[in-house]
Amino acid sequence: MPLSTYHGPSKSGRASKMRSGLGLASAALFCLSVTAGFCQQTTATPEGPVTVQPGAPGQQTKVLPPGTPAAPFRSPSDADIAFMRGMIMHHGQAVEMTTLMPSRSHNQDLLELGKRISISQTDEMGFMKRWLADRGIPLSDKPAMDHMAGMTGMDHSGMDHSKMAGMDHMAMDSMPAMPGMLTPQQMDALRKATGPEFDHLFLTGMIQHHTGALSMVKQLFDTPGAGQDPVLFDFTSDVDNTQQAEIDIMRHMLAKEKQ
Amino acid sequence: MIFSLASLSSRRTLQRAFAFSLCCSTLGAGVALAQTAPTVFVNPRTGADDPRVGLKGGLYDAGVASSGLELVVTTPKPGSFAPDLEAIAAANAAPVPPPPAPGAPRGTGPRGPSYGGTNSDLAFSGKYLFSGNYLGINFYDISDPAKIKLVTSVVCPGGQGDVSVYGHLLFMSVEAANGRLDCGTQGLPVAPGQTPPSADVLANVPPTVPGAAATPPARAQRPPDPASPDRIKGVRIFDISDITKPKQIVDVQTCRGSHTHTLLVDPKDKDNVYLYVSGSAPVRAGEELNGCTGKEDDPNTALFTIVVIKVPIAHPELAKVVNSPRIFSDPQTGEINALWKGGNHGEGTQTTSATRGCHDITVFSSLGLAAGACSGNGILLDISDPVHPKRLDAVTDPNYAFWHSANFANDGKTLLFTDEWGGGGQARCRDSDPMNWGADAIFKLDKGKLTLASYYKMPAPQSEFENCVAHNGSLVPVPGRNILVQSWYQGGVSVMDFTDATHPYEIAFFDRGPIGVGGRRAGGGQWSSYYYNGYIFGSEMARGIDVLKLLPSKYLTQNELDAAAQVHLAELNVQNQPKIVWPQNFITARAYIDQLARSNALTPEKVTALNAAIDKKKTKELKVIATSLDKDASTAATPADADRMHALAEIIKQK
Repeated sequence: MPLSTYHGPSKSGRASKMRSGLGLASAALFCLSVTAGFCQQTTATPEGPVTVQPGAPGQQTKVLPPGTPAAPFRSPSDADIAFMRGMIMHHGQAVEMTTLMPSRSHNQDLLELGKRISISQTDEMGFMKRWLADRGIPLSDKPAMDHMAGMTGMDHSGMDHSKMAGMDHMAMDSMPAMPGMLTPQQMDALRKATGPEFDHLFLTGMIQHHTGALSMVKQLFDTPGAGQDPVLFDFTSDVDNTQQAEIDIMRHMLAKEKQ
Repeated sequence: MIFSLASLSSRRTLQRAFAFSLCCSTLGAGVALAQTAPTVFVNPRTGADDPRVGLKGGLYDAGVASSGLELVVTTPKPGSFAPDLEAIAAANAAPVPPPPAPGAPRGTGPRGPSYGGTNSDLAFSGKYLFSGNYLGINFYDISDPAKIKLVTSVVCPGGQGDVSVYGHLLFMSVEAANGRLDCGTQGLPVAPGQTPPSADVLANVPPTVPGAAATPPARAQRPPDPASPDRIKGVRIFDISDITKPKQIVDVQTCRGSHTHTLLVDPKDKDNVYLYVSGSAPVRAGEELNGCTGKEDDPNTALFTIVVIKVPIAHPELAKVVNSPRIFSDPQTGEINALWKGGNHGEGTQTTSATRGCHDITVFSSLGLAAGACSGNGILLDISDPVHPKRLDAVTDPNYAFWHSANFANDGKTLLFTDEWGGGGQARCRDSDPMNWGADAIFKLDKGKLTLASYYKMPAPQSEFENCVAHNGSLVPVPGRNILVQSWYQGGVSVMDFTDATHPYEIAFFDRGPIGVGGRRAGGGQWSSYYYNGYIFGSEMARGIDVLKLLPSKYLTQNELDAAAQVHLAELNVQNQPKIVWPQNFITARAYIDQLARSNALTPEKVTALNAAIDKKKTKELKVIATSLDKDASTAATPADADRMHALAEIIKQK
């Protein structure tokens, strides 16, 4: 599961707070009984806790100075940053699609699913923006993109839909489309549809959209050096799991539609 | 403090109490997705008067609310894994900084403070607690639960660090992209001399064809990820004979890494133990690990399976993958991805499946069963042959986003699954989040078939600053009842009774305010809360190890707690669920008596007579009462009461 915090170096709780490493020398007595029973009896408690780093299989275990950080600071890779920035925009469109639903669909199952997608992707947009901000990374490297980057990532609740539509066009014109994103024409068609026609366009559109997100995750992990950040790793796993599951549900809805 | 859980009097709460939910459909061992929608109970959300609402935030000084649970001690994460207290204090003292302006150079602005390596799952052996972490493992001596002592910090990154222990062997799951065979902390960044990909690599991926729902994701033309001989994704096995100097014996590599693993001890096999590995990471390239492919149509695909590792106890260095059972397959057609396929769903409905693997598996060897929480499904497996598990049943549920973990009731008649909606990093216990989303789903289990009975969710509304959803828990071994202690991340710990699978209810809780203060967000919370030999040990991801103790309350008596405390385990890996057997003594008997008194199955006069007879060991009288109990059981109001009467009669007639 993901943490919205960054796992970097820790300054506190280091050597000064730990007991001295003297305990290391008095490390436990040998445990001769290495059968299934855990031979705790023969293991003496050292004077203080020890910090160790095992070697690769077959190699010796090293003793480390207490408090040695287990995760030195590492800047996120370019691919990580591009992924998060792109996914913010990607999610923005999914949320926009769900805001169209209440006035256009009467399908309770679909409305429920839309609610779930809306909650998930709105939360996740906030999460991704915090991930960037926590690492001192702007939403965009280009000052000219200021307006759009902020817009696509913002909370859509309470926004006028016609303004959203305009924004979407602008976004599509000025930023490269992420995989699976609906074209301005597709978004227009969705806005104009109601009832079963809307439902159908929503399902096919959202499946396309989610499928694109999955390809973005796949692409990220096919990139050397990417995804080393545990928070990002967990987040992408969840995006993958959640959207895969939603695609499946939507396929079943499509199938029911045909019946 | 005591909070009356029964005071659910507001109109809104009452309405919710009777809010029933659309429920799940069953996918048989076969495939059909039934469209039946029975309604089941969903426990009600509590109101704003719940003491868990509005608690003050803070890493170590957050406000606390509890009922029926006492915090004995919290031990912060040790140095190598510790939060950066100075940076946190500085960040909290300053106004929340605006996000870096677009166009600003990267990494120049203030960074969010580190809360250290994330604590994950727990395992127990004798007097030791093994606390998994994304960056390693910590070993604690818990001989005195009020004064637990760190013994060894093992630095060895590669999340999630799910841990199990068996004798002198310690197992650790690795799935993250930074896991190295040598436990190095440098990760596997781009190799020197290699050109990192440009920042817009993703933007060059062409969009998928509009409207083509069944089209697989478009792939960019790009060089494959270079194989790394230093990488581990799979299971590390350590020798912990010397508790202060664990040695890595072998790393068993798997195609999708190990998100979790489950230790399986086959009662018929004294020479080996097994690990069921659930992997959800992207499939590794064949160049890095021979035979790995993530292509859905490849018969050897690493999708749609789990991995079985066999560990010879005398020669753990020979541990290896012995099977990748196709537990999602259709036994008739041999189709490996069968759970979401079916004749009724139309063409082209199934190029992608939600059930591509499991998230976690709980084995209950005494019954020869395992419960798989498998992304899009909950599945039941026959594990009488551990290397070749066979699917007995599979369920799906429209309210479930992600099947996460499972616990059996001790009698095997109830099975509880959790839904980790949002993956654990999101706040999903807000007042606006439905009570049957991100909840437990409780199923009745009969003759290998599962039927949904109810949903349970930690009932207190949490803030948007607290990541919260159903997570890991274990049984509290009170005889005569099914009680689960469960983690809800920053929603805290909730203890609930699901003896009546159709009406679960909360009996105790412990919760802190958010880790972040003043609207700052920080992830964390309880990952696992497990009962072990009288205490509840909690793995708080940011704050450290919590030791909690259940207190007597109107929902739980001291006699019941004493009966639970008799259950002493030499080793506990919660997903290798032990069958609990209580001693046939008066301590156990008194727990049953309290339960029968609570449900009014016994009159106060009978309760008094029984207790007096036990106090004075009047065997003749007890035999007479036993006979009448056996008789009364046939007219008991609930099956649970009938079972308690028989169990009680059994004890007192022997004494």
